[in-house]
Amino acid sequence: MNRAHLPLILVPALALLALPLVGSLPSWATLTIAGLAMGMIIFVIASGLTLIFGLMDVLNFGHGAFISLGAYVAMAVMLPMAGSLETASFAATLAMLVPVTLAAMAVTGAIGLAFERVIIRPVYGQHLKQILITMGGMIVAEELIKAIWGPQQIPLNLPGSLKGSLLVGEAAIEKYRLLAVGIGLAVFLAMLWTLNRTKIGLLIRAGVQDREMVESLGYRIRTLFVGVFVAGSALAGLGGVLWGLYQQNITAAMGAQVNVLIFIVIIIGGLGSTAGCFVGALLVGLMANYTGFLAPKVALFSNILLMTAILLWRPQGLYPVANR
Amino acid sequence: MSDALLSLEGVETHIGRYHILHGVDFAVPKGELTMLLGRNGAGKTTTLRTIMGLWRASAGRVRFEGADIAALPTPAIAASGIAYVPENMGIFTDLTVAENMTLAARGAKRLADIDTARLEWIFGLFPALRKFWGSRAGVLSGGQKQMLAVARAIVEPRKLLLIDEPTKGLAPAIIGHMMDAFRELKRSGATILLVEQNFNFARALGDGVAVMDDGRIVHRGRMRELAEDEALQTRLLGLSLAAHQ
Ligand SMILES: Nc1ncnc2c1ncn2[C@@H]1O[C@H](COP(=O)(O)OP(=O)(O)OP(=O)(O)O)[C@@H](O)[C@H]1O
Ligand SMILES: [Mg+2]
Repeated sequence: MNRAHLPLILVPALALLALPLVGSLPSWATLTIAGLAMGMIIFVIASGLTLIFGLMDVLNFGHGAFISLGAYVAMAVMLPMAGSLETASFAATLAMLVPVTLAAMAVTGAIGLAFERVIIRPVYGQHLKQILITMGGMIVAEELIKAIWGPQQIPLNLPGSLKGSLLVGEAAIEKYRLLAVGIGLAVFLAMLWTLNRTKIGLLIRAGVQDREMVESLGYRIRTLFVGVFVAGSALAGLGGVLWGLYQQNITAAMGAQVNVLIFIVIIIGGLGSTAGCFVGALLVGLMANYTGFLAPKVALFSNILLMTAILLWRPQGLYPVANR
Repeated sequence: MSDALLSLEGVETHIGRYHILHGVDFAVPKGELTMLLGRNGAGKTTTLRTIMGLWRASAGRVRFEGADIAALPTPAIAASGIAYVPENMGIFTDLTVAENMTLAARGAKRLADIDTARLEWIFGLFPALRKFWGSRAGVLSGGQKQMLAVARAIVEPRKLLLIDEPTKGLAPAIIGHMMDAFRELKRSGATILLVEQNFNFARALGDGVAVMDDGRIVHRGRMRELAEDEALQTRLLGLSLAAHQ
């Protein structure tokens, strides 16, 4: 077995392992789809973060702020459409959600650009300061959201056509979760295509391995990094929209809560690795749902246990990035 | 001797709290291969990195085509026409050989944009690259990686090549192959600043030579003269080096 493909097996392996524990096939199917949906959303959020670290060694603990922000922008844009969203057909719903999502991504991308300039740039190469100042940035963002939209939890209703489940055999599969899996897959494939088939993508992968050499070839890595930061922030915004709809409510603190999960994911995956981030996110999503069902008390720790187990097996994560 | 394409004047470099280069002066004439020799730790790599802007000169000037480039950022220095092969080769091991070459060709948006005649010329110098064209560069042997590193530097015409120890860790047969490639490069009119530990390699290829010790240039001249003067070699480079080659 190719060493590169081995970690991919972990996802079906975890799912199969859970089957006898869960016991009933329909419940297992429901949990598995829920886990995959959650995993895909986490991947959308974490994929930018892992490249931000890989490319410039920047630890951005403020990444979660873009999750909350994306969700709130979507909520604000959806508010006036609430009536039509409730009754629209599936196709019409998607047609309305596309501009909602693009608005959330545009705002988070633009704020990301400012965040990089004001908060990240002064602390290039200084990890401790990065951790402190980006956490500070996140707290400020959280307070600003509360100041604008209020401190209370706000319900984010699923559009009418996305509510409810499809019955596959005896298993109830929530429609929205299927949609989230589809969107996550689309983002993953688009990202793989960009990273493998475009010159910018090749430069990002090269830069993750050896920044100095990319600069010596005549490319400005800082410009590349700003681009990655903005794209990563916009993806976190997209993830925030997906996550808000998944939970069906949003709070200013939702970003901080997801932040823990995404750091677990990028550590499991190997810092800087997109494929590792994908596998890690699916594992974390599945693990959270299986343990939430089997043993709610350990659900909170299950992902930390997962991370520990994987790091014991591969201390650099599933896909260690060369030179790091 | 023709005009200097590159000249260093009183270049000093600090790395952190260490003062590494103490006023380096030498010139690289256009169209020549200039050897930069010196014992381990003399400051050869630091000199090349300072020219590339990867370390900042704290004093002195780095003139390239007359303009002082010492304060320019690395990408601008590269864009002005200088290619760099670092001591560790800087191969992107996750990328294929073809992708490594595509990135080195700044003018090429895609693989297909690389000048095919030039690519054929490079395949002529380093046939292994054609064979492994679609493979991940990580699977190449040390010698093949070194060839890829040099090939990247010449995938498009550059005014100056800075190459740090292209024979490091190579078997004698491969060193001979590398020597042939450098002869062909010289024939093509390239201007090269070459750091070497292998004195035979240096003797066979060098036009001019500068010898460093402890962050300073301690000798400048023609390679032929140094090659003929064993006493000078011993004094400048130490017995061990010249003797064991
Ligand atoms: N990153 C660094 N931090 C501190 N000191 C360094 C660093 N890099 C190099 N030096 C020091 O600078 C001096 C010159 O090193 P340099 O690598 O330029 O030598 P060199 O001539 O290339 O040697 P070699 O033939 O072994 O490659 C050495 O004393 C080395 O210890
Ligand atoms: Mg060296």
